[in-house]
Amino acid sequence: MFFSSVKEGIKLIFSGNPELYMIIGRTLFVSLSAVCIAGLIGIPLGISLGLREFPGKTWVTRILYVFMGLPPVFVGLIVFILLSRSSPIGRRIYLLFTPAAMIIAQAILALPIITGLIMTAVEEKAEPIILTSKGLGANALQIKLTLLTELKISFIAGVVAALGRVIAEVGAVTLVGGDIEGYTRVLTTAIVLETRKGHFQLALALGLILLFISFLINTALYHWQYRR
Amino acid sequence: MTKQTRLLHKRMAFSLVFLCVFGLILSLTLFAQEKKEDLVLATTTSTKDSGLLNQLLPIFEAEEGIKVKVIAVGTGQAIKTGEMGDCDVILVHARAAEDKFVDDGYGVHRRDVMYNDFILVGPKEDPAHVQGLPILEALQVIAKGKGIFVSRGDDSGTHKKELELWQKAGIKPQGKWYKAVGKGMGDTLVMTNELGAYTLADRGTYAAMKKRLALVSLVYGETALFNPYGVIAVNPQRHPGVNYQGAMAFIEFITSPRAKKVINNYKVNGEQLFIAE
Repeated sequence: MFFSSVKEGIKLIFSGNPELYMIIGRTLFVSLSAVCIAGLIGIPLGISLGLREFPGKTWVTRILYVFMGLPPVFVGLIVFILLSRSSPIGRRIYLLFTPAAMIIAQAILALPIITGLIMTAVEEKAEPIILTSKGLGANALQIKLTLLTELKISFIAGVVAALGRVIAEVGAVTLVGGDIEGYTRVLTTAIVLETRKGHFQLALALGLILLFISFLINTALYHWQYRR
Repeated sequence: MTKQTRLLHKRMAFSLVFLCVFGLILSLTLFAQEKKEDLVLATTTSTKDSGLLNQLLPIFEAEEGIKVKVIAVGTGQAIKTGEMGDCDVILVHARAAEDKFVDDGYGVHRRDVMYNDFILVGPKEDPAHVQGLPILEALQVIAKGKGIFVSRGDDSGTHKKELELWQKAGIKPQGKWYKAVGKGMGDTLVMTNELGAYTLADRGTYAAMKKRLALVSLVYGETALFNPYGVIAVNPQRHPGVNYQGAMAFIEFITSPRAKKVINNYKVNGEQLFIAE
């Protein structure tokens, strides 16, 4: 079963089935957008949390760590209720059952992971970097930019962890995306669907394609991470 | 690191950020606009997974120029989605819940669409010897611990029907022999197959998956197992944002003679799955 699925997966990739390519493209679009948005907020947030000491920081840290393990279906349900037509937001701009809703849910899942990992990295490694930059006469903005480049490895690790989590989750995207064929179906929801229909081999093949894509993304990020 | 590469990195980072923000705004506006014309249909996994909708919807889409987005969930979730105004029309099978949906003012214009029937399926060996028994007797025999019964347990139309049958049989379904799995019909059939157990299935999903299962149909053809499907538009007075016109066009279409012909002609593995009213 497993080996025939590997074969099936390879055959699928080269079959030229447009729906499959659409699903792969959509999976990448949704998860990469979600991680980009989470990164835009999470990287600066993680840096400032890591650099600053303030009362209640232990609590913030603890809550952040709990949120790193947010259950996807739970986040999906909250986003569903917030975006529903019966909510104040849904009455103004209606996004439920669109890729945008999926991006929002996944960004919420990714945000604590990126913020938490970057905060930890900054707390651990930032001090000598800041001291050296100051010694060389850098201003505040220059120090932040230096941190960004010097801690690149840790930052990318945070982004990779977040991406791995959201691209593999199914609970949130099923709820807020609705698994609509040709519109909000992604690899994980397609796997659930084919399993439900009893097409185990096809489901396995899709799973292998998902793994392969994750592998490609990680390889690319790894190269960027260690390029000097 | 030289100044130049650092500058390059900075520029790369900025263009990445710009792209992301731009893409998000673009997609948000696109999605928000696209919504108007489309019709969102919340329906049960049985209509979707059996392949019937793939026969019906292209005809409707071509005739009306309305794109239909299908959310295939359990009947309970489909009705809830309608209550919250997040779909335009529902196609479900749970008469009591449908009537409540209309009575509470969430839905309008309920129409009968078609029916199929439920069947009791189980392993070929039939350890509880229920083959050919009336359904209520068959359930009583299984409840005596002669076999395992797998229940959808997901508040779907099939699950509601099953609970109704247990009640009629005078049995409280609980104990080691009764497993409520909380899954769709396909998943439940797969689990039943693995466990060598019994379950109540809709004929459509069972016929579509028959080839991959070692389960046979043991009890069927009784009026107690009748499974009618109804279509209901979401009330636009309660949720002004819904596509009411599209919903009415869909109801018109699915109860029309041409749709009935498609429904009655639809066969999976040589078996007719649905009978249009």
